[in-house]
Amino acid sequence: MEDKVQGIDLTKKRGSIVFFDKLGFSLTFISAIILIITTASIYIFVASKGFATFFVNGVNIIDFLTGTEWNPLRTAEEGGPLYGTFPFIFGSFAVTFMAALISAPLGIGAAVFMTEIAPSWGQKILQPVIELLVGIPSVVYGFIGLTLVVPFIRNYVGGLGFGLLAGTIVLAVMILPTITSISVDTLRAVPREMKEGSYALGATRWQTIYRILFRASIPGFITAVVFGMARAFGEALAVQMVLGNAPLIPKDLVSPASTITSIITINMGHTVSGSAENNVLWSLALLLLAMSALFIFVIRMIAKRRRFTS
Amino acid sequence: MTAKMADRIATVLFVLIALIIVLLLAGLLGYILVKGLAVINWKFITTPPKFMQAGGGVGPQLYNSIYLLILTTIITTPVGMGAGIYLAEYAKPGRLTHFLRTSIEILSSLPSIVVGLFGLLLFVNYTGWGYTLMGGALALSIFNLPLMVRITEDAISAVPREQKEAALALGLTHWTTITKVLIPSALPGIITGTILASGRVFGEAAALLYTSGMSTPALDFSNWNPFSPDSPLNPFRPGETLAVNIWKINSEGLVPDVKEIASGASALLVLAILAFNLLARALGSFLYRKMTSVK
Repeated sequence: MEDKVQGIDLTKKRGSIVFFDKLGFSLTFISAIILIITTASIYIFVASKGFATFFVNGVNIIDFLTGTEWNPLRTAEEGGPLYGTFPFIFGSFAVTFMAALISAPLGIGAAVFMTEIAPSWGQKILQPVIELLVGIPSVVYGFIGLTLVVPFIRNYVGGLGFGLLAGTIVLAVMILPTITSISVDTLRAVPREMKEGSYALGATRWQTIYRILFRASIPGFITAVVFGMARAFGEALAVQMVLGNAPLIPKDLVSPASTITSIITINMGHTVSGSAENNVLWSLALLLLAMSALFIFVIRMIAKRRRFTS
Repeated sequence: MTAKMADRIATVLFVLIALIIVLLLAGLLGYILVKGLAVINWKFITTPPKFMQAGGGVGPQLYNSIYLLILTTIITTPVGMGAGIYLAEYAKPGRLTHFLRTSIEILSSLPSIVVGLFGLLLFVNYTGWGYTLMGGALALSIFNLPLMVRITEDAISAVPREQKEAALALGLTHWTTITKVLIPSALPGIITGTILASGRVFGEAAALLYTSGMSTPALDFSNWNPFSPDSPLNPFRPGETLAVNIWKINSEGLVPDVKEIASGASALLVLAILAFNLLARALGSFLYRKMTSVK
């Protein structure tokens, strides 16, 4: 009798409540599983294509990584196609490191400005600036690089303008917000007491910044820079637009060059799926995946050793 | 050099850095908007592009960008929110949760060109669809999902513990608590985050080159049958977006007024992203006021 209130059969109602409770859990669980499956299948698909170069097309993996000549169209009479990808690997690392070199001091400096020099209004101005810099799409950065940076280099530095220098400048701006925002989080996580202790001992602001804050924040800064580098390494279109895309190791910073991403971007469209040249591009994509996994690994290793995390 | 001198020099240096960055953004925005706004007019945003001659517009591209964003949001929202709720409410520390968090970390740091290649393999070749907006939307979803999960998890975790405990103490089941108490309070945060994420989707190009393609068939904007190949609503037709168009015309160089069109399209993209930012803030605070008692 107590199971009926106002004509509603509570046992039935309870049944449906329990059913919905279980259904809800299952739906969220399935969503979570979809994420895991997606990640796993990206690795499996790209790896199966990427390894085909070595197992199906018989390209030597050492020649692939260290060969400096890229000539997929070389005929059999001349000795067959050459798949040396070292120029692209070199290009990717070169622009990534140089962009980090420019962007790290600027990003960390901006973070110090926002947290230590002018915490009230500096934050209010720079925060939206950083957010907008993140928001600008990468093709727009590429287009600005093409219409502004490349002609500038051509006129004032030399060469064609296209090259590693242009790529570096474009990437440095693109990764600046990443480095800044992670550095800000790091600086904020330094315990107040440490800073106050330093000031109480009579240290100036700069002494406090470089003796206390910087020392406590080094792992965080490295994380910030590695995140920035991960972004730079994987960036495709903006770099491709300003690099000039010559498949060789450039002799200077203002000669056309290529990166792993740029060669994939250009050639994926007009190679036949399943051909050796196409598979080599997949091997390069696999290399990108491996690098992005390596960046995550480095960040995790640093995180384990961090002392002042939020 | 005395400590005080060093302190002054350092301060000047930090102010300079901040100034450089502010000027950099001002310069970038100024350049894009000044160059672009000179090109943008009603004709530019409504007419289709021209081949080999100047004076074309970006109408279909703008439409495709918006349509693709809607498709992506429809796919991402349920899965992203589901996984976010799972992480915030159900996940127990253990191997599966660890695996899930690693997956999200990997997904969020994937280079977008790799996502595009995966899309090419799965949604273009394997399914046999060819270049389609649906393929592009699925690729963009992969790219957008980790962000959506994080937004949802953060928003739900930020709901005060007492609210959840009160609901459970009243005898509500866990799921009812989630749908009736947690999600409504977390909604402002989720919506704000989703709109901000939309900006990223709207400007993405690398993941789309080889999934939704670099061309658009001639569209008949009076044909609203989603199964017809020239209908703008058909998700299984190729369609290039604004961002893809900027890249394509610059790398092909077939149109004489590349600079003008790319400037206009860049300005449209940046304006859209500015609008997303403002909308996210405004809607976020409006919803927050509406759903809570804060005046």
